[in-house]
Amino acid sequence: MLTEMTLGQFMPGASLLHRMDPRVKIILLFLYVVAIFLMDGHGSYALMTAVTLGLILMSGLSVIMILKSVRPIMWIILFTFIIHLFSTPGEEIAKILAFTMTWEGLDRGFLISLRLILLITASSLLMYTTSPLALTDALEDILKPLKKVGFPAHELAMMMTIALRFIPTLIEETDKIMKAQQCRGTDFSSGSLIRRAKMLVPILVPLFISAFRRADDLAIAMEARCYRGGTGRTRMKRLKVGKLDYYCIACFAVLLSGLAALTYLGI
Amino acid sequence: MLRHLLIEVERLDFIRCENLTHIYNQGMENEYKALDNVSLSIKEGEFVTILGTNGSGKSTLAKHFNALLQPASGKCFVGGRDTSDEKLLWDIRQQIGMVFQNPDNQIIAAIVEDDVAFGPENIGMKPSLIKEHVASALAAVDMEDYRSFAPHLLSGGQKQRIAIAGAIAMNPQCLVLDEPTAMLDPQGRLEVMSTVKQLNHDHSITIINITHFMDEAALADRVIVMDKGKVVKEGTPREIFSDAISMKRMGLDVPVVAEVAFRLKDRGENIPEGIMTTEELVNALCQ
Ligand SMILES: Nc1ncnc2c1ncn2[C@@H]1O[C@H](COP(=O)(O)OP(=O)(O)OP(=O)(O)O)[C@@H](O)[C@H]1O
Ligand SMILES: [Mg+2]
Repeated sequence: MLTEMTLGQFMPGASLLHRMDPRVKIILLFLYVVAIFLMDGHGSYALMTAVTLGLILMSGLSVIMILKSVRPIMWIILFTFIIHLFSTPGEEIAKILAFTMTWEGLDRGFLISLRLILLITASSLLMYTTSPLALTDALEDILKPLKKVGFPAHELAMMMTIALRFIPTLIEETDKIMKAQQCRGTDFSSGSLIRRAKMLVPILVPLFISAFRRADDLAIAMEARCYRGGTGRTRMKRLKVGKLDYYCIACFAVLLSGLAALTYLGI
Repeated sequence: MLRHLLIEVERLDFIRCENLTHIYNQGMENEYKALDNVSLSIKEGEFVTILGTNGSGKSTLAKHFNALLQPASGKCFVGGRDTSDEKLLWDIRQQIGMVFQNPDNQIIAAIVEDDVAFGPENIGMKPSLIKEHVASALAAVDMEDYRSFAPHLLSGGQKQRIAIAGAIAMNPQCLVLDEPTAMLDPQGRLEVMSTVKQLNHDHSITIINITHFMDEAALADRVIVMDKGKVVKEGTPREIFSDAISMKRMGLDVPVVAEVAFRLKDRGENIPEGIMTTEELVNALCQ
C-alpha cells in the first residue's frame, strides 16, 4: 500500500545516539566525513571501522538493517573497486586481456570501498536515530548564521516541515486518483514505457491542481494563526546541548587526535 | 433577575461591522461585490451562526473578522480594534481563532502537539508557556491522548478538533468556524459541535459558526442569515425557523421538526409558533 509507507528512515529509540542533540550529531557527522576523506593507512581504517561498528551496536538498531542502506550504491562501490584493482601499478596478480590486476590495486580498491561504506553507514545512522522534525529544526539552527548574508534558513526549514506533513496526504491522494482513473478503465500496468509514461498525465494533473489548492488554503490558515516568517518566533521544543553531548564531543575529539597521530606515524 | 439583566446589558460588542462592503478584483472587469453594506454586532460570549446559500458572502465576512481581508468601504472592529489598522493586525489575529472547512489543509506540522504549538510560537510565547497552552488546548478538545500522533492517521472529526486546539492555543476570545463540519461524517460532526458548544459554555469563548446544517444552527443563541452579500435576517433560531417560507425562498432549509410543525400548521392544525425540538412537537400534538 502506498499509504503505509513510513517517512524517512527514523527508528524511534532511547539509545545514546537517539538522545544526542541533533545539531551536535550533524556537525560531528560532518567532521567524521571529512576525517574519513583525509585519513590514510590501514591503522586509521581499522580504527574508524571499529568506531562505526561500535556506534551501530550502541544505537540498538540491527546491523543488517544499517548495512542494507549500502545496497543502493553497491554497484558504484563495486565499480570503484574494480577500477582501482586494475589501474594501480604494482606487483602483478593476474592479467585479463590488456588489464593487469595488482596487489596494490586490491589493497587500494578495498580501502576506497570501505571508505564509501563507512560514509553511508554513518550518515544513515544519523537518519535512523533522528526524527525528521528534529533534523529540520537542527538544520535551521545550524544555518542560522547564514541568514545574515540572506540565506533563507527559516523558510527552508518551514518548507521541509510542511513537506513532511503533506507527503503522506499527497500519497493518499495519488492512491485515490489512481483508483478513480482505474475505475474509468485506465490500465497503469501494461504497455510500452512511453505509453506508461503517458498514463502518468491523468494522475499528475489532478494531483497538481489539488496540491496548489491545498497550498492556497494552507497559506491562509498559517496567516490566520499569526505566521509572519521567522522573526520573533519562538519554539516549544528548544534544542539543548546537554552533558551527554559534551561527553560525545570530548570522545570525538580524542578519536580525531588518535586518527591524526596514526596518519602522522603513517600506520 | 435584575442582576441578570444588568449583566446582559454590560456584555460588550466584541465584533462590530459598520456598513462593511467588500469588492473582489476591484477596478477590474470581473469586479464582484461580495459584501454589500453589512452592519452587525456580536457580543462577548455569544454563540452566533451564520447561514446563507453558496456565494452569499459568509466566508468573505468571516475573513474580515480576522483581517485576512480588508473592507473596500466601511469598518470592522474586533474588541474595539479597527481591522484596517496594520499595527493592530497581530493583536486581532491572536484574538480571533479561525477554523476552516478542510481539516487536511490547515494542519501544518507532522505531529499533533507541534501543530497546536504553531500559533503560540508565532506570537513569540515563552517555551514553558507554550507547553502549558498546548496541554490545556488539547485537554479542552479532549485530544490529550493524541499529542504525539501524526495528523494523517486521525479521523476527520479528530483532525478538526486538532485544528480547533491550534486556534484556541493562542488564547483567543473568539472562534470563527467556517463550515467546520462540511467534510465530516455524522459522528465527526457531533464531536466537533459538542466541542464548540463546550468551549462557548465552559471557557466563555465567543463562537461564530458558519454552516449549512440547520440542526447546528439550532444550537446557537442567534442566527444571522445572509443572501447576496447582505444580512437579510437576524434572530433566535426559533424566530428564524418559524418563518419557513422566506427561508425556502432564499434556498435555505429549516430543521426537520420545524418543517413538520410548519406544514401541520399550514394544514390548519392548532400548533404554536416556533417549535424546534421533537419534544415540543410531541407535546403540541398530544395536548
Ligand atoms: N478570491 C476571490 N476572487 C473573486 N471572487 C471571489 C473570491 N472569493 C469569493 N469570491 C466570490 O464572492 C462571492 C462570495 O463568496 P464567499 O466565499 O464569501 O461565499 P460563501 O457564502 O462562503 O459560500 P459557500 O457557502 O460556498 O462557502 C462568491 O460569489 C464568490 O464567487
Ligand atoms: Mg464559504
